[in-house]
Amino acid sequence: MIHSLFLINAAGDIFLEKHWKSVVSRSVCDYFFEAQERASEAENVPPVIPTPHHYLLSVYRHKIFFVAVIQSEVPPLFVIEFLHRVVDTFQDYFGVCSEVMIKDNVVVVYEVLEEMLDNGFPLATESNILKELIKPPTILRTVVNTITGSTNVGDQLPTGQLSVVPWRRTGVKYTNNEAYFDVIEEIDAIIDKSGSTITAEIQGVIDACVKLTGMPDLTLSFMNPRLLDDVSFHPCVRFKRWESERILSFIPPDGNFRLLSYHVSAQNLVAIPVYVKHNISFRDSSSLGRFEITVGPKQTMGKTVEGVIVTSQMPKGVLNMTLTPSQGTHVFDPVTKLLSWDVGKINPQKLPSLKGSMSLQAGSSKPDENPTINLQFKIQQLAISGLKVNRLDMYGEKYKPFKGIKYMTKAGKFQVRT
Amino acid sequence: MATTPPAAASSPPTTRGFSGSARKRRSRATALPPSPGPPLLAKAMLSLPPVQKLLRQLPAGPAKPPVGGDTAEEVTSPVLATEAGQPACYSALQVDELRLLAGPKPAVATSTGPSLRHDDLKEMLDSNKDSLKLEAMKRIVAMIARGKNASDLFPAVVKNVACKNIEVKKLVYVYLVRYAEEQQDLALLSISTFQRGLKDPNQLIRASALRVLSSIRVPIIVPIMMLAIKEAASDMSPYVRKTAAHAIPKLYSLDSDQKDQLIEVIEKLLADKTTLVAGSVVMAFEEVCPERIDLIHKNYRKLCNLLIDVEEWGQVVIINMLTRYARTQFLSPNQNESLLEESAEKAFYGSEEEDTKEPKAEAASLAKRKPYVMDPDHRLLLRNTKPLLQSRNAAVVMAVAQLYFHLAPKAEVGVIAKALVRLLRSHSEVQYVVLQNVATMSIKRRGMFEPYLKSFYIRSTDPTQIKILKLEVLTNLANETNISTILREFQTYIRSMDKDFVAATIQAIGRCATNIGKVRDTCLNGLVQLLSNRDELVVAESVVVIKKLLQMQPAQHSEIIKHMAKLTDNIQVPMARASILWLIGEYCEHVPKIAPDVLRKMAKSFTNEEDIVKLQVINLAAKLYLTNSKQSKLLTQYVLNLAKYDQNYDIRDRARFIRQLIVPTEKSGALNKYAKKLFLAQKPAPILESSFKDRDHFQLGSLSHLLNAKAVGYQELPDWPDEAPDPSVRNVEVPEWTKCTSREKRKEKAEKPFYSDSDGESGPTESADSEPESVSEESGSSSSSSSSSGSEEEEEEEEEGSGEQSEDKEEEEKRPKRKDKEGSRKAAMGSAGSPSEDEEEEEGAKKAKKKKAPPGRKSHAETSSEEASTSESSSSGSDSGSEAEAKRRKAPPSSRAGPKEISLLDLDDFTPPPPQPIPSSSIISTSLVTDLEGLTLTDTSLTPAISNNTDAEVKSLRVSEPKLLSGMRIQEFPEIERLAPGDTANVVMGIDFCDSTQAANFQLCTHTRHFYVSIQPPVGELMAPVFMSENEFKKEQGKLTGMSEITEKLTLPEKCRSDHAIVQQVTSAANVGRVPCGADNEYRFAAKTMTSGSLVLITLEQREGAVAQLTVNSEKMVIGTMLVKDIIQALAQ
Repeated sequence: MIHSLFLINAAGDIFLEKHWKSVVSRSVCDYFFEAQERASEAENVPPVIPTPHHYLLSVYRHKIFFVAVIQSEVPPLFVIEFLHRVVDTFQDYFGVCSEVMIKDNVVVVYEVLEEMLDNGFPLATESNILKELIKPPTILRTVVNTITGSTNVGDQLPTGQLSVVPWRRTGVKYTNNEAYFDVIEEIDAIIDKSGSTITAEIQGVIDACVKLTGMPDLTLSFMNPRLLDDVSFHPCVRFKRWESERILSFIPPDGNFRLLSYHVSAQNLVAIPVYVKHNISFRDSSSLGRFEITVGPKQTMGKTVEGVIVTSQMPKGVLNMTLTPSQGTHVFDPVTKLLSWDVGKINPQKLPSLKGSMSLQAGSSKPDENPTINLQFKIQQLAISGLKVNRLDMYGEKYKPFKGIKYMTKAGKFQVRT
Repeated sequence: MATTPPAAASSPPTTRGFSGSARKRRSRATALPPSPGPPLLAKAMLSLPPVQKLLRQLPAGPAKPPVGGDTAEEVTSPVLATEAGQPACYSALQVDELRLLAGPKPAVATSTGPSLRHDDLKEMLDSNKDSLKLEAMKRIVAMIARGKNASDLFPAVVKNVACKNIEVKKLVYVYLVRYAEEQQDLALLSISTFQRGLKDPNQLIRASALRVLSSIRVPIIVPIMMLAIKEAASDMSPYVRKTAAHAIPKLYSLDSDQKDQLIEVIEKLLADKTTLVAGSVVMAFEEVCPERIDLIHKNYRKLCNLLIDVEEWGQVVIINMLTRYARTQFLSPNQNESLLEESAEKAFYGSEEEDTKEPKAEAASLAKRKPYVMDPDHRLLLRNTKPLLQSRNAAVVMAVAQLYFHLAPKAEVGVIAKALVRLLRSHSEVQYVVLQNVATMSIKRRGMFEPYLKSFYIRSTDPTQIKILKLEVLTNLANETNISTILREFQTYIRSMDKDFVAATIQAIGRCATNIGKVRDTCLNGLVQLLSNRDELVVAESVVVIKKLLQMQPAQHSEIIKHMAKLTDNIQVPMARASILWLIGEYCEHVPKIAPDVLRKMAKSFTNEEDIVKLQVINLAAKLYLTNSKQSKLLTQYVLNLAKYDQNYDIRDRARFIRQLIVPTEKSGALNKYAKKLFLAQKPAPILESSFKDRDHFQLGSLSHLLNAKAVGYQELPDWPDEAPDPSVRNVEVPEWTKCTSREKRKEKAEKPFYSDSDGESGPTESADSEPESVSEESGSSSSSSSSSGSEEEEEEEEEGSGEQSEDKEEEEKRPKRKDKEGSRKAAMGSAGSPSEDEEEEEGAKKAKKKKAPPGRKSHAETSSEEASTSESSSSGSDSGSEAEAKRRKAPPSSRAGPKEISLLDLDDFTPPPPQPIPSSSIISTSLVTDLEGLTLTDTSLTPAISNNTDAEVKSLRVSEPKLLSGMRIQEFPEIERLAPGDTANVVMGIDFCDSTQAANFQLCTHTRHFYVSIQPPVGELMAPVFMSENEFKKEQGKLTGMSEITEKLTLPEKCRSDHAIVQQVTSAANVGRVPCGADNEYRFAAKTMTSGSLVLITLEQREGAVAQLTVNSEKMVIGTMLVKDIIQALAQ
């Protein structure tokens, strides 16, 4: 399956290579560089590039290209999904996944990669198992290691791989037993020029942080499970139980994991919590344009909208902008033409607005298109779909865990056309 | 790599034979002079006079007769066979070689130059301190990671292969796997370490030894690898077997001659029943022998059933393989629809996608075709893969989607759309692949994605390649009803800043216009407006599209042509200019005045034009010459003259050709007359179609599909067969003593070892779950037993070969354990078995000689095979907690025979039994009443524990004279020879009640006395749950009306009105499975009777308030009636 992996940074340097079968010369990456050159932006590099003897499948994350080399037919998503899993694992191990981090921890990275694939076929991709095999570096451990000469490689043999519950390691112990669940919903929407919703849907996830001793068996039930239109589970969730009773029953992995992601479809009416009033106009004759945006709350169920950030990619013709915000700070980058306005909290009594003028390149004609406005915001303690967790029960262990649940609504890909 | 002299890696086997074994033999025979060293050095030493002598001796080597077969020699060679330490002759050689290699001999320095650089590393590796070694290894691995060559350190590194420090060892492995191929001879030094590891008692060490051993790509060790794989394939530990499966493709890529032997191993591993192995072995199958589809037959059902528990990567491989398998083994589910489809494709898809659930309905209209009935195995595959659409792994979802696309009846394919749309939220690379597949699917099955149209709307932040793919999907989805919304979206897109995307949008509009006649004029008008756009690219693209549209109805659009003629002054994009010129030439009769003028302008700029434009200018000139020679004769001549001296030979040729064709001369041939017909023939309008059309002949989700070209190793997706191959090949032989052939059963079985115990048996388990008291026990034991006993039991079983044997063994092993428990319990329990604990104590205090056995009610018991495991849990579960609960739950039915009181032991515990086929007759619940003097029959379900409370020894205890109704069977327990006073013995017995509610009577005999025993089953336990969809349920219910339907009204008590309570009460009263139901106030359950497998369907409809109606549909009227009674009793309580 996967022959080799090359990590390539933005400058086009191969800074790490790993081979699982015979060595593939790094010159194979030339085909990749060619494609990279042709694509104007990094994200436009095709994920699959055929070369005479190999196929290059790549993902681009954290400004690094992860290029896998394969030699024969394999489902492309198989490789792509795996590469993403690799990135997730690095992130899990080092906190951030960056070139510097990888270079600093090159040995750990190499050991992890060695465990993840055997002869190109995924072996251990659960981060719980990997962490048992190779412990992630922490500052404390580095210090201890240098003093005592001990190592990052676990000296006990991992047993997780052998169990029927491969995602949970055995012998977990905590003094404070706690289980936290975050219900996070993101609204994806496209709003029309006139303010009407073209499409809106809710993507939700339940992220969990479970630190429980032993082998707890949890059940999580919802007040209104019928809301969930399309769900995908962590492998620990018993599917049949969900089918018949709409209850999530699972033995959780240890630590942080994503229990569930769901989708509330466009067919249901989605409450849009904010509105944007805009007036952006270019005049044909003058080299000045008017720019005015106001953001206001709408259908927020009485909660405050915070963390509002407005970004907009201005047309190339715009030279500079002179704007005054009623609150927050704004930045306009004349090179990338990116306007970004950090609004903060919305106060319903005094709506935040950004007004001013744009200066256009002299002589050039007015741009065809008004810029689209991208919005980010957060609403605490609210799941916009109305989803509510009913209760969480634990079986299999005797102690009483501390349980907590948090709701949050965020903007996903929230776009306003102007 | 390139810097290393060609070592044995590249040399053919014969030379290796010489350099490897022959050399060794020589050194062994003579031991002197010092061996010539590995070939690596041989080259380096060529320049050295002293060594030259040695080398001259070398040619004598191959002259000797070859040493009796390369491989045989290797196996017996001391290097490979040694367990610990090398024999003297070899170690001498090794030391010599290593010194030669590693030592900084000045003479060799020229060629081993790079090794000098790593002197410090070598020193560190040679030191005694682990920390130094570790540091060195870390630096070496960092070098490898950066792609630097570290091969010259090989000898120094390989010495540490047996290092105690685990991290050093691991890094050495990493190094070894990377460079062994280049330094084959030295790599052999490490083999013995791994061979030792293969025999380690720890399964993880065995596995890792095999893993590294098989990763060393040294052809010499092929036989060793083969042996190791064969051995590991029958290892106790499934993890080692998994590693063996992984090693198979490695060996195959090293030496494809081993294929036949490897196939044997694959065949063996395919029969493995553990989920851990399944994914890996199918992967090996796909790499080694994908054509041997016959190996799958016997394992097909097992793979389908295991699928949900296999790790995600294995799932992808298995699903893809099963897709191919199903294509060869089953009939097309859509064969009857294909005719309909051709006649009314659009209407069919547009409206009634959902109504065509039953292919039979379709078939009715095609009376001459025989109705299609789906093979149950085909259905099994579809049913078992469907839940995986919910996987978090995009590759799994895609694999299921393509399986449904290729295998499911049309009406069912729709389910995949939702999951695919969900994937669009993922990373852009995932989106890219998914959209490609959606594009292909949306051409064939447009209706499927229509509800999700808006999910394909484009955001300005999408990468261009995603935008273009989404556009493709939107265009494929366009039809008369949604075209106006789509066009409105397109209008927004046209104003985008991303010009490539704008161009693609214009083409999309063109396609919509050609496909949907209604909007053609609207689109054309819109495109013409774009001609005045400021962006040249937009205009050019519009011109090209307009040209194609105009070709469909040129006469009505001379205005547009005129407008475009004017554009030639401004537009510079060659393709657009060429298009305009072609258009004017083609329709010059519609624009007689303008055309010559355009030609005049073009003639002026001819030399500066691009080639495609020049060719079109020549065409235009020729066409004008033919229609309007008066005005254009000279111009044409001029253009042709210019073209004659053009740099491009195509243009020169074209000019010559056209001149001969159109200008009449004496020499010109007969073709001249037809020139006009040649040039101005009616040309068919182009068809604008998707580039994804017909891509589905590649298996979707494959690399080949994505590239639209066959990739290396792509397995063609076969066409459906015309005649279905024999389905019986998939039948698996079941042991004699079982009668079950129903697939349903096997499914439950196979899924049980799995962690999600909710499968299949969820009825009883759930009811237990909901009671807090029992729950902790339940889940505790079930999870622990599934994790521990699950795999162990299987191992045992496999070793034994036959199921029964192993159970006996298990039974024996467990018995002592149980006895202990039994013993401790006996004080409280043993002497008395009355229902309430008070009485029990009382009776115990009396120490009456009269004993009775507390009969047990068991929620689920199986025959001998399962009893081993169930009884274990039952003995632990039958302490006061569950007993009390049992009492609470169910009062002893009055119908029970027997003079004594009855206590019920409820087994909430449900231990997943080992996966063997269940005999259908297995489920019984006993209410055992006996009158035994001196003996206590402590009945824990079907393993009665017989205790002797008398002072005398009881001998030859056995069952005799069973009085049974016809069809009933008893599996007796083996005679107990003697039972000492105070002792307890556990026995196992099975009773097949044959769907009857009559009691089974038999005698329990000792050497002196006979006791009468009668066991009667509660009706709810005569069945096993089945799972069906709501539709299946309704269908089946429709067949069971009239006599088979029993309806009863009842009033639900206060506490029994919640969903939860009702489900719990019903499932506790009967062993049934819940059927999902759309309505809120309705509950449905289904089960099958154990022996005959007839369906029992239960519907409970909650009316206003407390009133409810209970309906039971079953062929077995007696069972139905009794079940109604039982359920009402349970609910009313």
